[in-house]
Amino acid sequence: MDNSHDHLVKIRNVHFKRGERQIFSGIDMTIPKGKVVAIMGPSGCGKTTMLRLIGAKLKPSQGSIEVDGQNIHRLSRKQLYTARRKIGLLFQSGALFTGMSVFENVAFPLREHTNLSELLIRDLVLMKLQAVGLRGAAGLMPSELSGGMARRVALARAIALDPQLIMYDEPFTGLDPIAMGVIVNLIRRLNDALGLTSIVVSHDVSEVMGIADYIYVLADGKVIGEGTPESIKHTQSPRLEQFIQGLPDGVVPFHYPAKDYAEELLA
Amino acid sequence: MIARMQALGEQGLNFCGTFGRAGLFLLATLLRRPRLIRTFPLLVNELYSVGVLSLIIIIVSGLFIGMVLGLQGYNILVDFAASEKLGTLVALSIVRELGPVVAALLFAGRAGSALTAEIGLMKATEQLDSMEMIGVDPLWRIISPRLWAGFIALPLLTLIFSAVAILGGYLVGVQWLGIDGGSFWSNMQATVHFREDVVNGIIKSLVFGFVVVWIAVFQGFDAVPTSAGISRATTKTVVYSSLAILGLDFVLTAMMMGGW
Amino acid sequence: MRTRTIEISVGFFMMLGVLALVFLAFKVSGLTNLVGNHVYYVTADFNNIGGLKVRAPVRMAGVRIGQVTQIDLDHKTYQAKVTMAINNADSNIPDDSSASILTEGILGANYVGVAPGYADKFLHNGSKIDNTHPALVLENLIGQLLFSVNKGSEKKS
Repeated sequence: MDNSHDHLVKIRNVHFKRGERQIFSGIDMTIPKGKVVAIMGPSGCGKTTMLRLIGAKLKPSQGSIEVDGQNIHRLSRKQLYTARRKIGLLFQSGALFTGMSVFENVAFPLREHTNLSELLIRDLVLMKLQAVGLRGAAGLMPSELSGGMARRVALARAIALDPQLIMYDEPFTGLDPIAMGVIVNLIRRLNDALGLTSIVVSHDVSEVMGIADYIYVLADGKVIGEGTPESIKHTQSPRLEQFIQGLPDGVVPFHYPAKDYAEELLA
Repeated sequence: MIARMQALGEQGLNFCGTFGRAGLFLLATLLRRPRLIRTFPLLVNELYSVGVLSLIIIIVSGLFIGMVLGLQGYNILVDFAASEKLGTLVALSIVRELGPVVAALLFAGRAGSALTAEIGLMKATEQLDSMEMIGVDPLWRIISPRLWAGFIALPLLTLIFSAVAILGGYLVGVQWLGIDGGSFWSNMQATVHFREDVVNGIIKSLVFGFVVVWIAVFQGFDAVPTSAGISRATTKTVVYSSLAILGLDFVLTAMMMGGW
Repeated sequence: MRTRTIEISVGFFMMLGVLALVFLAFKVSGLTNLVGNHVYYVTADFNNIGGLKVRAPVRMAGVRIGQVTQIDLDHKTYQAKVTMAINNADSNIPDDSSASILTEGILGANYVGVAPGYADKFLHNGSKIDNTHPALVLENLIGQLLFSVNKGSEKKS
């Protein structure tokens, strides 16, 4: 992983603060082209924040993030909006536009950014919906979809403009096993079929282990471990072990910091 | 005591901060270059939800307010044997004050709160974020058409409200209480002036429309993205708009009467 | 199909608004001269105009023919100079007509009443009505009445 123009996203020494809270203190990551990279970590460690930094929704207080050779935080508003067409972000909730049908949702990026004819848009939308297996749901409204279906429609919308990079924010949470399997399968298949680069943010260890080519584990504002799923599994670091195997008590304590138990009960 | 003053000072600063953010937000929205061909269909859609959907409440309220004014006015005027002046009374009070103010209050309750809730919900469900990530500026795509639709819709609604209310006064005064229709209209025409009364009413409604939509859209955009946050923002929209309408009405009336 | 209904209803809404404006302009405020060049101006000096106000109607035989547009005080004669806009449709008002300040009913507003004269020449833009009658001020009338009543009773005693 050192051939530098094979890297789509380069994150160098990123610091980020939200209010008084230091969320990142010096993060370095590289996302190679064409791979599925997972960012893992316990809840609240700033995984979603990282996606927002890459999408330039937030600005780091220090350090730089390059997407496809451009420092995304130095772009003008107009350039940024152009650059964002290369990035698809799949929100946890799907974030479909509730006022539009499934078809219109997927057509939205095409209508806004291209001047394609209505016929061509229709074909493209149906193709994208076919890719996620929901061509038959084109006429439904978002309120009529299940959680898994909404996420698949959002995926179809995210790939409508054929982006280079697609980021998934917690794609596995709150799904039944079948829908989960569908999404896991889709992420891998779309990545390989469309030549995408994917970043998956999740804390579902087993699913991520199954599809990721490379994994970064974040905790306490730092990268505490990285490597292929195989090497992560056999790592010796106690923190990493606790997270990967899901042990309730360890380096991360079970108890929230509190006064001595006996002392508080007797008080 | 000091703590109370501190809290007061903090509230003042918060207020200034909110006001500043609202101003910057408005400026940023208005500066978005409107692309006519693309914006027009959006504007029509918003005119529908802001204007057409408010039409029923505006017409019904206008009718009843005009009818009540007719009834009350008649009972007072008849003591002075001046019941044919009813037209003047109804028309002047409607065109100058009640039309712009009541229509704006109804508009704030009907369209303003709906705008806040809609935009707040879009924010809470990350629709605004995802639109931004698709590379579409939500200020341009979502906020701007709503803002313009509101500016256009309220003056039209006010005109409709005033017209319906005067017809309501006519119904009660002439059709029911039996005032002479000719003197009803001619007394009205002799005292109501287009420039001083009707146009001033339109100016008021333009100002009210601007303020109400600004408050509504900003509250939605600035809402805390939770269900509690949205309901609070909606309440705030109605309260702030109503206060702004009544306060501005006094200022505008004073300015118009003072001949500024 | 949905967009079509929306478009139609929005169009209907806009038309309703314009219709309301037209109604307010013509039926309610009696706007007849949008451009303002359908009138000519005539002045008249009065000793006392009572409660006459700008925009009060000008009537001839009870028919409205125009309105008062301006009221000034003449600093030489100390008379009130009233400027009236008369509709062009009523351009055949004799030159020697007289103007008086009248009241609608007992408590009504003042207006200018024009009584026709007999001259062959007509009033035109900028003419002046020389023959004027001031407003009857109620207080003065009552004062005179009391005065004459007093006089009468003095004679008798």
